[in-house]
This record gives sequence, structure tokens and C-alpha cells, in this order.
Amino acid sequence: MAKKLIIDGKEITARDDATVIQAAHEAGIVIPHYCYHPKLSIAGNCRMCLVEMEGRPKLEISCNTPGADNMVVYTDSPRVIEGRRGVLEFLLINHPLDCPICDQAGECGLQDYYMQYGLYRSRFQEEKVHKRKVVDFGPDVVFDGERCILCTRCVRFTHEISKTNELGVFHRGDAVEIATFPGKTLDNKYAGNTVDICPVGALTSKDFRFKIRVWFLQETKSVCAGCARGCNINMHHHQGRVYRFKPRQNDAVNETWMCDEGRFSYKAINDNRLLHPMLRQGEALAQTNWHEAVQRVRAALQQHKGEATAVLMTPQGSNEDCYLLARLTTDVLGTSRVLLYPGEPGYEDDFLIRADKHPNRRGAQDVGLPAPTTATDLASLAQAIGQGAVKVLYAIDTDLVAAFGSETLARLATHLDCLLVQSANALPGWEHAHVVLPSATYAERDGTFTNFEGRIQRINAAFAPRGEALPAWQIYQRLAQSLGQAWTYASAEAILTDLAAVIPGYHGLSYAKVGDLGQLVGT
Amino acid sequence: MHKLNFWQKLYIPEIIHGMWVTTRHFWINLLGRQKQTVTQQYPEQPTYVTERYRGRHRFMRKEDGSPRCTACMLCATSCPALCIHIQAGEHADPTVEKYPVSFTIDELRCVFCGLCVEACPCDAIRMDTGVFALAAYERENFLYPRNLLLGDDAPTHIAEGKAPAE
Repeated sequence: MAKKLIIDGKEITARDDATVIQAAHEAGIVIPHYCYHPKLSIAGNCRMCLVEMEGRPKLEISCNTPGADNMVVYTDSPRVIEGRRGVLEFLLINHPLDCPICDQAGECGLQDYYMQYGLYRSRFQEEKVHKRKVVDFGPDVVFDGERCILCTRCVRFTHEISKTNELGVFHRGDAVEIATFPGKTLDNKYAGNTVDICPVGALTSKDFRFKIRVWFLQETKSVCAGCARGCNINMHHHQGRVYRFKPRQNDAVNETWMCDEGRFSYKAINDNRLLHPMLRQGEALAQTNWHEAVQRVRAALQQHKGEATAVLMTPQGSNEDCYLLARLTTDVLGTSRVLLYPGEPGYEDDFLIRADKHPNRRGAQDVGLPAPTTATDLASLAQAIGQGAVKVLYAIDTDLVAAFGSETLARLATHLDCLLVQSANALPGWEHAHVVLPSATYAERDGTFTNFEGRIQRINAAFAPRGEALPAWQIYQRLAQSLGQAWTYASAEAILTDLAAVIPGYHGLSYAKVGDLGQLVGT
Repeated sequence: MHKLNFWQKLYIPEIIHGMWVTTRHFWINLLGRQKQTVTQQYPEQPTYVTERYRGRHRFMRKEDGSPRCTACMLCATSCPALCIHIQAGEHADPTVEKYPVSFTIDELRCVFCGLCVEACPCDAIRMDTGVFALAAYERENFLYPRNLLLGDDAPTHIAEGKAPAE
């Protein structure tokens, strides 16, 4: 049964178990808060979410007050604003003036609410309490005791979400502080989330610390490509470099969390990139242009038609890429030697992390690529190359050393007429290539991934591809055009429109329909 | 426009009048006690620069000699010419915490507006050197690094007007 509340004169229908702050937030009325977090238990200790309720003499915290039928609430009456101002003054009493060196500056709850409700001159004349600064909590988290407002979000996170219990609240009075339990470090696979939920600058990320001020960063909605879960993220980037990933709320996928492995997977976008097409000239690879590279590939593909060409790919490409690749292999190359190489399964847990470390295995299969290969398939491919049945190997986003072993790979490269390596990163074994085609990372192109549950989600181009890299679908289109196909896709969206017409389960999909939170595809 | 009268239209008296002014100044400056010359013998003699003149930047030090700058990036944020490049690093002392590993001002891009000086919360950067004639033979030499702004590596080729040693 739903309840009716009247918040700021607006009639709101709320869930039966909703507290006042939840009812307000769901109706789009934001009540200032620090300790309240939608995915954590209620602590009620920051006192920032004070609201006035008719019939009650005092201001009350909205996070721990259950909404009642016909409750009349005011969130911005003069009394409430005065109350908030008082709470903020207490919170800031011992807070150091660290803003110029604090990483949180620019996205800090204290700064924001001070500008909104504070703007007083400090009346505190005593010496501020000094606490520990730059305390090493774990591999990625640094703690500053003076900046902490003791909202205990991080403590509750380690109790309730990661269930690793590294953090606790110690001492009392003005000596109280957050610390790790003796002998423990904040070292779990989700520890980075404590930095995200810290509303002030008490917990900062070692990886991000001092790299850039947050106001320089631009934000692009995307999906983490670290595993098959596809956690929703915001990419924070500046001038073509990604500085960090922050989880974006999607209750159907990752709630508001992401794992640390995914969080640091942004580094592959910045570093170790292939930026220019390259051709083998004798022993070395020499930089060339796209025209020359495509001509070389065309010559190889025309000479070795059909089964003499094999495609070995890792499901890193978007649905659009995979769909064009599937069409390229069947319609243009006419080969059945297409191998979807998933690599070794990695760590998996029962929360977010999936063993399949590729973002789009499900989508690749949905749009027409084969089921993942086994070790025997790879061995038979190696055998076919050794016997001279396969002369062209088109390796896409694949770690060739992991697939074949470095010795076998070196031997295979001599048997091949053309080893074509297409990847965004210089993955192991790439140096054996005869032709290198640099592709764009998922930060540099539009597209969609389908996660293991069958949820299709959008990736957005944050910036133009670095160097001469191209989105994979554009590379496939160039190859197809050079081989006489009249493909004229102007954008990834145009490919999805085509794909949606052909692939069952994807019928009627468009980027607008996929939206920010994704769509479940039919089976 | 001013209408010329008959005598002015003749021009001759006005030319004579002008010659008289020039000749009088010539003799006063050559022989007189109170000379009226306004020419400054720059660069042989240094010129006068007002106190508030915004010249080349300089970097201030703390009492212990380390740079005052905390690498807060407020100068780089306020800079309209985007000529300040700072790389921040973790300081060994936790009470200092953040310091500039490198701090470079591209003086060729700088428009000498002084916003960086106004933005600085630590008074770490000033433009009170009065140096306005920056000279170098290479563009790279206009990328003023931290130590040069601190005065540690004095730019000798600039001070003496010579080419840097090859």
C-alpha cells in the first residue's frame, strides 16, 4: 500500500516502507545529507537532513523518520535552513582549511552545503583538534582524520556490502576517529567504493590523488569493460586522457558500486596503445597510412580466399563491431574459421565480479559470432596454419601469446602469409604482425555491449580516437569496401538499426531505447 | 575643423614659428642648465618601473626555503592563457602533503594579466620583479621552470643579453 505525504506543498505518493528522505528523493526533492546513502543502513548521525514536520515541536532527521500517511513536511522553511546552518557549523568546527590541497575540493559535500547554507564567519576561536593525516589504509585508500566528519558510510560499507569488516570507529568525544582494526588493511576487491561514498575529503584514492583537480574533468556515461557484468560508470576525462572511473547508479546491474579491478581498467585506455597502422618491412614494423595498410590486407585476402583465412577474436568489440565482423566473415571472406577466444576465466564472486573478463561475449554470440572456442579448436587452428591450410590470420583484440604460447606463435608467424593484428593496445605477441590496424578503445567510440544477463547497455564516445586509431566497425567497413562491398554506415547507430532489424531479441532497439540504464534483450 | 585665417593660410609665418620653438629647445638642451630632454637611455640606463607593474613571475619561498606553492592549481584554473603547467606530488611530510613536482610557466603564452597572483591563496606567486624584457634564442627557453622562477637558476643569457652557451 502506498502512502501520501505532502512535502513542500507537493503531494507525493511513496512506498510503504519509505522514510521521509527516500520519499522526497524519489519525488525529486533533494534533502541535504552526509551519512544517508540509499544502499547502506541508516545511521542518522550527521544530522544534516533535518526537516520540519507539522505537529512535531522539533526539527527531525528525515533519513530515519518513516513516512506516515498525510504527513506534512517542509524541507526549506526558515527554521530548517537555520537548523542546517547550525549543524554545518558544528561539522566544520574542527575541519581544517585544506581545500587547496584536498582532492575532494570541487566535489565536496562540505563545500557545496557551506555555499548553500553556511556562508558565516567562523566563530570558533579555540585551537582546532589535530588528528592523523595521510594515513595509509590500504593499497588504494588514504585517510585524513581531520577532514573526516564521522558519517561512518565507509564503516557501514565494509560491514554491509563488502562484508570484510576492516574499518571501525575508535575512541570517543573529539578524539573519535575512523581506523582500520589492528593488523588489518582496507584491502578488498571493492575498497575503492569507500572513496566514492566519502562525502568529504577524508578518504582519497592513491591512484587519483593529485593527478588533476576535479573541476577540469568532463564526464561521459559508459559501461566498464572489465568483465561480463558491465557495471555502469561515469568516465572522467580531460583532453583525451581518462583519469578515473566512478560507478553510476543502475539498480539492475551494479546498484552504486564497482570493483577495483574495473575501476583501474581505465589505464588500458591511456597506456600501451597502438596508434598508427603499421606494415612489416623485413624484420621491423614501419608506420604507414590507412590506405597502404588496407591495400596490403586486401591483397592478402584476395589471394587467400575462403577457408585460407581465419579470424581469431576476443569479445571486446561492441555489438555493432561484432555484427559487422560477422557479416564480413560470412558475406565477404566466406570463411567458417571464426574463433571467439575467451581467454582463461578469472576471479569470480557472488557480488559483481564475473569470471568472463570480456564485456561482450553474450552480445558477440547474439549477433552471429560462434560460441567460445576450446583449447582443441586453437590447437587445430595452429595445426591448419602449420600445414599451410590457413595463410591469413586476422587477430582482433587477442593476446596471441596467451592463445598459442610464444614459441608456437613465432613458428606460426613464419607459416602465415599475413598475420593481421587489430587492437587498441599492444597486447603480447603483437610484434609478430605483418599488418597492424589500430582500433579505438571503448572510450573513443559509440556502441553497445550486452552483459551476461542479456542487458544491452550504451558506451559513449568520450573523445576522438587517439593517433590514427579507428573504431573497429570503421575498419571492417574499409576492408569490406576495398573488397567490393557497398557498405555505407555513417555511424554506429546506423549499424544498430540494421542489426535490430535482423537479430531476433534485438528487434526495435535504438540508442534512444537503450537509454542510460540499458534494456534486457529478448532470447 | 578649425578654419585657418589669412596669415595661417600663408604658412610661412607658422613655419618660422615652428623653427623658433625647435631652435630654442636645441640651445636650451645644448647649453642651458635645466635640460628638457625626455629621451631615456634604455637599455644602457635602467628604466623606471612602477611598483604595481606586472612583470615576469617569481616564486616565493617558505621560511625553511621550500617553495610556498602547494600545487592547488588555482592559478592554472584562473589562467586565461592556459600557460601554467603544474605536476603535483605527494610530499614526504604529511602536514605539507602536496607540493609541485614541476611548475612551468610558458612566458610566451602568458598575457601578464595577473590573475594567477590574485588567485593564489598562499602568496606563492608574484609578478613584482619588474622584468618586462624577456629574451631568449629558443622557444623552449621561455618555458620557465620552478627553479628559474625561484631564482635558483638565474637566466644568465637573459640578464647579460647574450646567447646561451652552445
